[in-house]
Amino acid sequence: MNSLDIVGPQLAVLVAAAVVLLIDALLPQQRRLLPFVALGGLAVSALWTTVWVARDDYQTVFGGTLSLDQYSIFFYYLFVGITATVVLASIDWVNREGRGQGEYYALVLATCSGLMFLAAARDLITIYLALELSAIPQYILAGWGKDVRSSEAGLKYLLLGAVASALLLYGMALLYGVTGTTILPEIAQVIQANGETNRSVLVLAMVLLIAGFGFKMAVVPFQMWVPDVYQGAPTPVSAFLSVGSKAAAFAVVTRIFFEGLGAKFLSDDWSMVFAVLAAASMTVGNVMAVVQTDIKRMLGYSSIAQAGNFMVGLAAISIAGQEFTLGASAVLFFLAAYAFTNLGAFVSVIAISQKIGSDQIKDYAGLWKRSPLLTLALALCLVSLTGIPPTAGFWAKMYIFNAGIRADLVWLVAIGVLNSVISGYYYLSVARQMFLGDSGDARPIKTSPSIRLSLGVTTLGVLVFGILPMPLITAAKEAAHIFAAK
Amino acid sequence: MELSVLVFLPVVAAILVLLLPQRYERHAKWIALAATTATLSLSIQMFFAFDVDKSGFQFVERHDWVDIGGFNLQYFLGVDGLSMPLVVLTTFLTVASVLISFNITTRPRAYYACLLVLASSVIGVFTALDFLLFFLFWELELFPMFLLISVWGSGRKEYSATKFVLYTIAGSAFMLVGILVLAFNQNTFDIEKLGQANFSGTLIPLGWVFFLLFIGFAVKLPIVPLHTWLPDAHSDAPTAVSVMLAGVLLKMGGYGIIRMCVTIMPGVADDYSVWFVAIGAVSVLYGAFITLRQTDVKRLVAYSSVSHMGIVLLGIGALGSAGLAGATYQMLAHGVITGLLFVMIGLMYDRTHTREIAKLGGLARQMPLIATGMVFAGFGSLGLPALAGFIAEITVFLGAFQRYEWAVLMAIFGVVLSAGYVLWMLQRVMFGPVRHEWDGVTDQKYWWEHSAVAGLAALVVLLGVYPALLMNMIQPAIDTIMLRVGS
Repeated sequence: MNSLDIVGPQLAVLVAAAVVLLIDALLPQQRRLLPFVALGGLAVSALWTTVWVARDDYQTVFGGTLSLDQYSIFFYYLFVGITATVVLASIDWVNREGRGQGEYYALVLATCSGLMFLAAARDLITIYLALELSAIPQYILAGWGKDVRSSEAGLKYLLLGAVASALLLYGMALLYGVTGTTILPEIAQVIQANGETNRSVLVLAMVLLIAGFGFKMAVVPFQMWVPDVYQGAPTPVSAFLSVGSKAAAFAVVTRIFFEGLGAKFLSDDWSMVFAVLAAASMTVGNVMAVVQTDIKRMLGYSSIAQAGNFMVGLAAISIAGQEFTLGASAVLFFLAAYAFTNLGAFVSVIAISQKIGSDQIKDYAGLWKRSPLLTLALALCLVSLTGIPPTAGFWAKMYIFNAGIRADLVWLVAIGVLNSVISGYYYLSVARQMFLGDSGDARPIKTSPSIRLSLGVTTLGVLVFGILPMPLITAAKEAAHIFAAK
Repeated sequence: MELSVLVFLPVVAAILVLLLPQRYERHAKWIALAATTATLSLSIQMFFAFDVDKSGFQFVERHDWVDIGGFNLQYFLGVDGLSMPLVVLTTFLTVASVLISFNITTRPRAYYACLLVLASSVIGVFTALDFLLFFLFWELELFPMFLLISVWGSGRKEYSATKFVLYTIAGSAFMLVGILVLAFNQNTFDIEKLGQANFSGTLIPLGWVFFLLFIGFAVKLPIVPLHTWLPDAHSDAPTAVSVMLAGVLLKMGGYGIIRMCVTIMPGVADDYSVWFVAIGAVSVLYGAFITLRQTDVKRLVAYSSVSHMGIVLLGIGALGSAGLAGATYQMLAHGVITGLLFVMIGLMYDRTHTREIAKLGGLARQMPLIATGMVFAGFGSLGLPALAGFIAEITVFLGAFQRYEWAVLMAIFGVVLSAGYVLWMLQRVMFGPVRHEWDGVTDQKYWWEHSAVAGLAALVVLLGVYPALLMNMIQPAIDTIMLRVGS
């Protein structure tokens, strides 16, 4: 029973998914309640997590495969928050779409529980299962829309996802073959004891793992699917993909590499791989984003560039001494800041494109006169994505570049800073378009209460953590500290 | 505590103004006036409470703010003899700006909110002693300025607002890199500590760091050739914004050069001293020549600012005690004099709706009060003795003469030119034959106009006849900096 208690936060979400399906099937006239049931399940999950925090009783269960620690708790909160925002932002769209309402929310919740399992998993097999649990509903969700583009997005995502899974399994199998165990801390011990003899196999396993997860993290050169899927999938789903599944991938990669493959002779190799991927992702993502005319495609490329920023933190493992978790904590803080910011941006896009019926950046002209609040919210998020104060995105960049410099990756940080300047160009040109452009249409844009709520929460987060980031930084530091325990 | 109130009271007032219901929106000005008057009185009270015999920073507030591993960013405010007068200048000009905006009717709530946030950010720049906090305030100022020019401006307002923002952002991108290099070297953003540090093994040579910072400040000052945003911004900005822009925003540049570049890296400043003096002298002369051929009154005053700010750089570049003190005094004097000039031009423009010199003339008959104010401010601008500008210029020239005779001679020629363009402008606009199309325009008549003009004019005289009031405060702060320059 105790073990079930520990996975309570995930179970609460899964139960909510089941309840949503049941209501949808048995009480079709009560469909309006579905999102609130989903939100209720998420609230219970968050509450359950809080109980665990209050008990301060961190432990591993199921034979060391799942771990309840500060790290997983950090991500529980993050994923529950992300999912709740996505549910809120979906209400309008789902109501308009009409069909399959129960399934939609159930799939979103199932994804959420998968993401949460992923954050807690400490064992290769569990990681793989959790990854599939989160991925399969997302394949379906990406193809949820009625148009061809959405179906194409779903299929593309599925096929490439399957390839990535295969690569991942190969990597995991090799790792198991060398170490004889699937549990991360044990892998670390075996590698520490006699790893150097099998170094070439380990490096191959590592490359396969990076390739497999690279797909989920959407970093160059595994990014080809991103713009098509983001553009084709329904916007709330794109938001979910760009924040939730990316954060989960980084969560699990950080755990595998810091906890399992942290041995010095290995980390020297993979930190260089991550550094190169980071530089490539930032540059390719930003340069491609500059020429986009569709805002969802632009946000797709920008999310590739942002993934490059996160990776700077992974590459920063080489910081010596006490501070070696600085890079990991920087990744966590950046993920949280990015979640607020990117969700805010996507929710604004959802609200705007519903009314103006277009995702073209040129159609955003003159929005300032039609909806000042929406414009300000989107502008704030774009400013935060660029990394300009006073927003959470500014601290995220400061934090992660600081880690980079302390790991002697000055060249990488220099590339990062140059990329921030490029990104400023396309982010701010959207803002410019909204404030200064002329629109033929002057009708004000009305937004629904659910959109307003989700927008309020995300932009408030961007602003509050932009002025007082310390609580979030402390949480990220504590979460990353589990890697230093050994 | 006092400094935090100074910095945040305007922001709080801005929020209040925004929350005002639409039907009360015409009362927004009263909230703005109350808040800015309160900050003015508080700052004056602090000015007199300031202990000039004590070295170092006063009214210090220091709290840990953000720890991102290795750095401890602080919420660290304080003033010394250099920044205290600038803070008072800011609060004073903010009140004047609010007063002369009393006739604004388009979106008054947003207008006053922007003006108040602008005041907050500028006070923040002058009081922040953590380099990153300083930078945040420095950037914060852009948002309200952009909106103020692009929404309430005239002419090519969007172009000018964008140009202003782009120039500043380009400069501050360089500045941020410089800040980070310094901070990584010393593991702190504390300006007080950086001002005592010895740098070795910086990521890039210290000379480069100096110029990264210098470019950020020089754009703001502005120096020739980075000045082209200034006339555009001025000619398209509403009056109050011109007052703030010329009065205090330009001073952020001069303040930054003294506080950051010279204090933190005195060795580099000394090595390149001749360059700053040369740039300063060129700015004075070039600015004056360009001013001579302006046809728009506001552009004319804008270009004269370039010339006057050249004197600031000349005084700083000479790196002597008198030069630095004179440069500081010049910033304050230019703040009130040019503030007054822009107010007068604004009042005139409100009535005539043109600033083309060719279309104006003989206005002294139709608007005697405005003409008097304009002539008075013009005399201040050309450096008439007993007015504020004279003291500043003479101190700079005396301070710089020994080391850079040639530069001072160039600058003095620039000052001679300034007499030319000011008097010529006054003659063409205010005197000469009366033009009958301006018959019937009203003179300066509202109480808010009178009080803004009277307050500024009084200050111009006060700074001109009693310089010790400020010099006693500025000099010790400059001497502290000179100790470091000398060693």
